Amino acid sequence: MTQYSSLLALIPLLPLFSALILLFSNLPKLGVSILAVGSVAGVAFISLFLNFIFWQQSDFILTASLGTWINIAQLKISFGLYLDPLSLVMITIVSGVGALIHLYSIGFMYQENDFKRYFTYLNLFVSAMLFLVLADNLLLLYLGWEGVGLCSYLLIGFWYQDRNNNLAANKAFLMTRIGDTAMAIGLFLLFTQLGTLDIQEIQIKAHSVWSLNNDNNTMASICCLLLLGGAVGKSAQLPLQNWLPDAMAGPTPVSALIHAATMVTAGIYLIARNSQLFQLAPDVLYLVALIGTFTLLLGASAAMVQTDLKRILAYSTISQLGYMFLALGVGAGASAVFHLMTHAFFKALLFLSAGALIYSLHHEHNIFKMGGLLKKLPVVAMSFAIGCAALASLPFTSGFVSKELILAQVVASGHTGLWWAAVLGAFITAFYSARLFFVVFLGQTQLSPNAMPTKSMSLALVILGVLSLFGGIQPEGLKALMPQLNTEGLSTLQHWLPIILPFIAISFAWWLFKTKRFGKPIVSSFLQAIHQLLKSGWAFDHIYQTIFVFPLNTLCQLNKDDLIDSFYRLIERTSCTLHRTFSQFQNGQLRSYNASLIIFCILAFAWFISGELIL
Amino acid sequence: MIPISWVLFLSLSLFTIGIFGVLARRNLLFILISLELMLNAVVIVFIAASRYHSASMANSDGQIMYLLVLTLAASEIAVGLSLVIHMYRQHHHLDIDKLNKLRD
Amino acid sequence: MLDNMLDTIFIITATIILISALLTITAHNVVHALLYLVITMLAVSLVFFILGASFAAALQIIVYAGAVMVLFIFVTMMLHQGEKSLAQERHLFHFSTSITALLLSSLLFFELIFMLFFTSADTEKSTVTAPSSAFITVKQIGVQLYGPYSLLVVISALMLLSALITAIHISKSPATIEIKTKGHNL
Repeated sequence: MTQYSSLLALIPLLPLFSALILLFSNLPKLGVSILAVGSVAGVAFISLFLNFIFWQQSDFILTASLGTWINIAQLKISFGLYLDPLSLVMITIVSGVGALIHLYSIGFMYQENDFKRYFTYLNLFVSAMLFLVLADNLLLLYLGWEGVGLCSYLLIGFWYQDRNNNLAANKAFLMTRIGDTAMAIGLFLLFTQLGTLDIQEIQIKAHSVWSLNNDNNTMASICCLLLLGGAVGKSAQLPLQNWLPDAMAGPTPVSALIHAATMVTAGIYLIARNSQLFQLAPDVLYLVALIGTFTLLLGASAAMVQTDLKRILAYSTISQLGYMFLALGVGAGASAVFHLMTHAFFKALLFLSAGALIYSLHHEHNIFKMGGLLKKLPVVAMSFAIGCAALASLPFTSGFVSKELILAQVVASGHTGLWWAAVLGAFITAFYSARLFFVVFLGQTQLSPNAMPTKSMSLALVILGVLSLFGGIQPEGLKALMPQLNTEGLSTLQHWLPIILPFIAISFAWWLFKTKRFGKPIVSSFLQAIHQLLKSGWAFDHIYQTIFVFPLNTLCQLNKDDLIDSFYRLIERTSCTLHRTFSQFQNGQLRSYNASLIIFCILAFAWFISGELIL
Repeated sequence: MIPISWVLFLSLSLFTIGIFGVLARRNLLFILISLELMLNAVVIVFIAASRYHSASMANSDGQIMYLLVLTLAASEIAVGLSLVIHMYRQHHHLDIDKLNKLRD
Repeated sequence: MLDNMLDTIFIITATIILISALLTITAHNVVHALLYLVITMLAVSLVFFILGASFAAALQIIVYAGAVMVLFIFVTMMLHQGEKSLAQERHLFHFSTSITALLLSSLLFFELIFMLFFTSADTEKSTVTAPSSAFITVKQIGVQLYGPYSLLVVISALMLLSALITAIHISKSPATIEIKTKGHNL
């Protein structure tokens, strides 16, 4: 086993070194692409090799250490890597999808001047994500977590000349920062409570410390809540979800990599990784499920009415992440990670084909200006169709397998209400996927493509398309994550409804499309209001603007002169005034100096006399 | 015998006149003259002190102090007058209100 | 009888001193001021004489009325420009500019007088003690000076010397220095 440790150590280091070389060197574009794609592809091959070695083994652990980071008294943090089935799946997703997106980016970004900067960020991102996934302690995980956040900021604001992109980048950074802060506090709390930050030790110690007094699990709940805060921020769940649609300001491959396939899954990974800790806090788990459900409904309903191609995909990402949270919440961590994997495949596919579309159509984002592209761009259309089918979880796609699994486990956990909500979400998902596909690829041609996708782009699309179709084989190792669940007890309705519903939704969408009801202005004011509400993602931006930003701005305006500072400024001003007053006395006039001397004598004598008189 | 309060009264009056001169005059020469008056006022007190000192034996301390003050006055006048000459050469007037360069 | 006469002379002398001092301070012409000052000095020496310090009185006349006044007169002769400097002086000093000075000095004066006459009863007592009738002779002063006060003599000598050097240094004309250095260069 140990002979693979050095291989494991190579995984996060390869992209890191590649990023550093790119940062400090001045390679031509060809060199940049070879280095950047080569490093990530190398990692992908290593992880495939590890997959091949450990394939279908349910429990194996591989560790590697890159040295000590902190060693103070009881706080011992090392750059330790830890590979188990869960992280193996994760690194396979990250490096595999990452490599394909790198490959695709060569074609997509070739005209860009900042080609090198782009790949530096991208490599750094992959490296940070791999650190996050492989970390054996929470602090190293946090390092990767923050690195991912930083790279996401840099990549969203990649086209920094446009102010809106910078604002979107700021928004993403700040929103995730709220969660990160909660997570950092959670780490501190865990350390003070359990005395360690090693993930495996935490799971063991938590059980021994907190399960002894079963009735008093408040501390465990608080820890889990704080960790959940971090996960919610990173994975764009309900209170902190509205950065994701704006994050589409970055280049499309970035959206595919960061905001669909890998970064947003960090939150899922965090909870799955600490699943044993979370089992100590069933209330928090239920909260996770609730958050997931609400988010999936929110995302799906908002995706239904968007007109921007990338925003539709962004909202669908939010909704799919909601499914994963739901699965985590009902204790089906394995299904969550499985769905994460299939989602990474088909969402990357969707984003990349969307990128190809945008690339071909003069950076047009509005779906109602597209149409009839099926014949013009067959490869793109095919991959988009596969992606949409997987998103809608039509049978025989990877999305179908994972989503069915989640739904089954929701039923098994006994939360019927959540199941209905999830099924409703599935219906809406199928509906908007169909709408998206119909509007973009069928109907009348409005814009004709001016550039065909390059070979590297097509290659990435084909591979991802194949994966989206046949990626539904669940790795055996993940089963270890799942507590034994009885998936047999499904009623007929519960078994068939999720399979039939997508078809109903698609036919409904087809009917609406045929009667040309998509994209028409809505007459009824009530419906229009709902439309508006849904389009703004349930107006969360507006709510935050009113609740947080506006009062804070007002407060800032009020406190423009800095109320607290004014006290100190008063001191300063007083001393200034005194200085000016007293420097009046130093006027260089000999006679006034004399006079002051005499005045002093007069006062002194007067004091003396008054003393005498009192006596 | 003259009461000592008379002498002290004389001395104080002379001293105050000197102070008035120092305060009121702007001509450096007049200020020096006023200083002379003040010195004289002090000297009168010294002499009176030597006169009215304790009865048993004569004490010449006051007169010796007078000698010291006299020397002091002479030196002061020598330096002061040379400063007057110097100032007159530099500024062609003796107005001390215009000598305020030290302020800056 | 003798005491009465001495009192009268003292009062007259004191009046002369105060009046001539006031005239000295308020005169516009420097020469007049100096003449009033000489009168003050002479009257002060008379007071000294009345107080029994004949040596001090002589010194007062010789040094003050003689040497110091001559210094003043010399300087005045060098600087005085007749009517012009008189007009200048009138501009520099008149009643309205000296109100503050008058106020301050009179305040001080009243305070001092108050302290002199109204504060402590001890002063009255001390005046009553009869002063020694023996006059201090020059010999006694000389013995004192070269006995316990010899340090004072040395200090005064040093002071006079330093004053001399300072006066020479300050009053040395910068123009002459310049000429000297020029000549040296030539």
